[in-house]
Amino acid sequence: MTTSTTTTTPSRWKRLRDSYLWYSFKRDRTAQLCLAVFICLVIAAFSAPMLAPTDPYDLRHIDIMSSELPPFWIDGADERYSLGTDAQGRDLWSIILYGTRVSLLIGFGAVMLQALLGVTFGLMAGYLGGRVDAFLMRLADIQLSFSTLMVAIVVGAVVKATMGSAFYSQYAVLMLILIIGLAEWPQYARTVRASVLAEKNKEYVDAARVMGLRSKRIMFRHVLPNTLSPIFVISTVQIANAIISEAALSFLGLGMPETHPSLGSLIKSGFDYIQSGSWWITLIPGAVLVVLVLSINLLGDWLRDVMNPRLYKG
Amino acid sequence: MALLEVSQLDVRFALRQGEVRALRDVSFTLERGERLGIVGESGAGKSVAAFSLLNLIAKPGFIAGGTITFDGQTLNTMSERGLRKVRGNRISMIFQDPMMTLNPVLSIGEQMVECLKAHRRISTKEARAIALDKLRQVQIPSPETRLDQYPHELSGGMRQRIIIAIALLLDPDIIIADEPTTALDVTIQAEIMALLLELCEQHNVGLILITHDLGVVSQVTQRILVMYAGRVIEQGSTREIINDPQHPYTQGLINALPQMATPGERLNQIRGSMPSLSNLPSGCAFHPRCDFINRADGQPRPACTQQVPAFVESGNCRVACHMVAEMLEDRRLKEESP
Amino acid sequence: MNAQAETLSVTSTPTQNEESSDSLLQIRGLKKRFSLSGDFLDQLRFKGGKLVRHQEYVHAINGVNLDIKRGEALCVVGESGCGKSTVARTVMGLITPSEGEIHYGGERIDHLSSRQLLPYRKRMQMIFQNPYASLNPRMTIQQTLEEPLRLHHPDWNQAKILDKVGDVMRSVGIDPDWGKRFGHEFSGGQRQRIAIARALAVDPEFIVADEPISALDVSIQAQVLNLLMDAQRDRNLTYLFITHDLAVVEHFGTRVAVMYLGTVCEVATTATLFAKPRHPYTQALLSAIPRLKDDRPQHIRLTGEVPTPVNLPSGCVFHGRCPYVNDRCKREIPALQTQDDGTRVACHAVEEGRL
Repeated sequence: MTTSTTTTTPSRWKRLRDSYLWYSFKRDRTAQLCLAVFICLVIAAFSAPMLAPTDPYDLRHIDIMSSELPPFWIDGADERYSLGTDAQGRDLWSIILYGTRVSLLIGFGAVMLQALLGVTFGLMAGYLGGRVDAFLMRLADIQLSFSTLMVAIVVGAVVKATMGSAFYSQYAVLMLILIIGLAEWPQYARTVRASVLAEKNKEYVDAARVMGLRSKRIMFRHVLPNTLSPIFVISTVQIANAIISEAALSFLGLGMPETHPSLGSLIKSGFDYIQSGSWWITLIPGAVLVVLVLSINLLGDWLRDVMNPRLYKG
Repeated sequence: MALLEVSQLDVRFALRQGEVRALRDVSFTLERGERLGIVGESGAGKSVAAFSLLNLIAKPGFIAGGTITFDGQTLNTMSERGLRKVRGNRISMIFQDPMMTLNPVLSIGEQMVECLKAHRRISTKEARAIALDKLRQVQIPSPETRLDQYPHELSGGMRQRIIIAIALLLDPDIIIADEPTTALDVTIQAEIMALLLELCEQHNVGLILITHDLGVVSQVTQRILVMYAGRVIEQGSTREIINDPQHPYTQGLINALPQMATPGERLNQIRGSMPSLSNLPSGCAFHPRCDFINRADGQPRPACTQQVPAFVESGNCRVACHMVAEMLEDRRLKEESP
Repeated sequence: MNAQAETLSVTSTPTQNEESSDSLLQIRGLKKRFSLSGDFLDQLRFKGGKLVRHQEYVHAINGVNLDIKRGEALCVVGESGCGKSTVARTVMGLITPSEGEIHYGGERIDHLSSRQLLPYRKRMQMIFQNPYASLNPRMTIQQTLEEPLRLHHPDWNQAKILDKVGDVMRSVGIDPDWGKRFGHEFSGGQRQRIAIARALAVDPEFIVADEPISALDVSIQAQVLNLLMDAQRDRNLTYLFITHDLAVVEHFGTRVAVMYLGTVCEVATTATLFAKPRHPYTQALLSAIPRLKDDRPQHIRLTGEVPTPVNLPSGCVFHGRCPYVNDRCKREIPALQTQDDGTRVACHAVEEGRL
């Protein structure tokens, strides 16, 4: 039913505007809201040095006398600290901004590492098949049988034992990216492998082989671009998962140190003060974490529905 | 009055690009026991026509106008409950893919019994007896064992035979067969078509055969409806249309068949391709591909690009073509003038 | 099963050595079986208290011998599952054969590595069945057509490549201005034209066409078939044309090979085959073509089902459905034997004069 009689070539922007993606985005209020919230959070987090009234990493701004001040809508608030302060007297608003930045950084970083490993291994396993496939997939199975937590404890213990605690704290962001990235790559590998297996049997791959192209080029130039949709979908879920993993690890004391807190370590640091009535130190970063993860997950759900080939009949 | 009468059927699909008219002005009749072929290429609307007869058009499609009268009842305004009594019972359908009808987790016997009991008050034992009888009619070897088999245990040809047996189960008045043999091999196709023809004649069942294969249509049906871009462009007796097609598209379709050309020489092709329904050419939808849009004097006929052609009677056929209409008019004038 | 394969190879390999001088492609004793049994762990079974390795195969082709002469169009017909596509894909090196040899222009090519095959890729090309799957959905038409040229002519500059792409697009009736579009923006017929352009871009001399028109509409089939015939005339191409449609064969083919269940049962020139089909299966196949002009055709009704290629019948693969079957047919595999008019038939009934 598709015919093309016009000779003008639509631009990239026009293609996007004509696409099903754009069409369904325009009609989906949830997706629009989630994207708006997500973008706001990202911009706020990464412009933290400009937005934040104080620099929480700078010890000079910390005044232990002004610790545990409540947020502005509660009696006894200090107007300098709109969301109150934490147990160390740091401005909660500033530290949430910085914390969100750390959380997002780890989330994105870990997912990029996962994607790099998972896509490469998945592509190789699916396209080359045979022994390579069997080896990589068993490796993935073994990897999945260790939980992220276990990997974190082991790596953390080893690094701390060999390099010392100070070293671990200094490179905590990188460490967490490495741990979460290594622990979760099989998710990518499996998704990519499944869609490579489906694509590999299509005739355009045969056509490329008949042309005489080498496996590497067929894999990356022909097969990979056609497996991008599931990669996008799984990426959203994985970013949310990575942020939660990081929060969980930090909450357990295996993640970011309190001097450079992420949302998880903020929640943890406030947890001890809930009993004494300073609930905001835990609950406000907690709410930010929930909003962040929820918006990413809902975006992921929408994307999955749009990109599902069974539902999509453009 | 004819058993089935379709008039001015108008089916539309509400898509994001806007409303697409899948069928326009489709009118035809089917007498009791008559075999009608609906021929066209993909996108011509032939399957939509078949599905709309039983109001089976799925969203975003809907019947926007026209009437479908079956045995005095208007089907397109009937309630879902009333329709269920007609579907399967008095009009049954055969699809291209047998697995659209067969449930993979139920045995053949269970499915046939279930179908019978849904429409008739009979015991399971009686139903099994009827089912067995129908399996014998479709010439399935060892029908008793087949009743307890599952669809995946049977070959494609065997499945299509089962489908025909299910279609015949309630002694319907009409069978609508949508490309029933397209997925099958030639030798199996020949067997299935011969069987369908035989059974329809034996039980005086009407058949609406939807296919793109002119060869199959010419062997099975008595009348043909040729469709192009959602409209009927020619209808009449099968023999007459196959031997002497009037519409340029029907001519092109028949002449394009390899069996119509001398081996080794170029085939007579129709240029271009079927227009998209959302972007139909003005006037006659076929005019950009038509070789006859010029009049005898070499000037293009303005009507072809401006006006949708109306049906004209030409022998036993009805044709929607300005060129044919003009030729008939000329002939009439010549006969009157002396 | 394997024992059966052995007998097959003995009877069918040494049957022919003639007509090799002018042939471009020679297929000798070609066999392909696909394992159904999964990896090593899946193959282990308990049998009588012992752990044994059990393997099951689909015998897609069982000893095919064919010669394709320069400049001809050899059509291979048969029903689904007869192995005709496997033959095509094996010839193109997409599948490695289990046994047998393929010679192209006198050189054996079936065991070459992909690097060694590269010069042959320029000489032999393939057209696929499904135009909706054979174009990479993420590449523009221009990119699709440039890719083979860049690979096979690394010394060409951009202008020369663009020229060639424009030429080849025009030659298949596609406006070169449409190069920036993607495959899904075209209709099925146009996509198949583009796929043909991709095959023609490297100026091959031999083209394998695997059911190139069966996914297309009737009026489009004629266009594509004409295009293939024009290309043959203009470029002096040799075709291996795989199809299930005998009407197309009659029109297009120089010679026809009829396949049934992985074996060739008859090879003849097109005119001879349609005038005087010898093999009972060919006769049934011909009678099943739906012809426009006859009202009540006399089909030869075959009984029985097509056997699965997993458990091949003993003797002649067609014996379960053949009306002329006798005891010898059930025991012995018939070999292709040349008749007076050059037709080659594998049938005991023909050999014994019973038919």
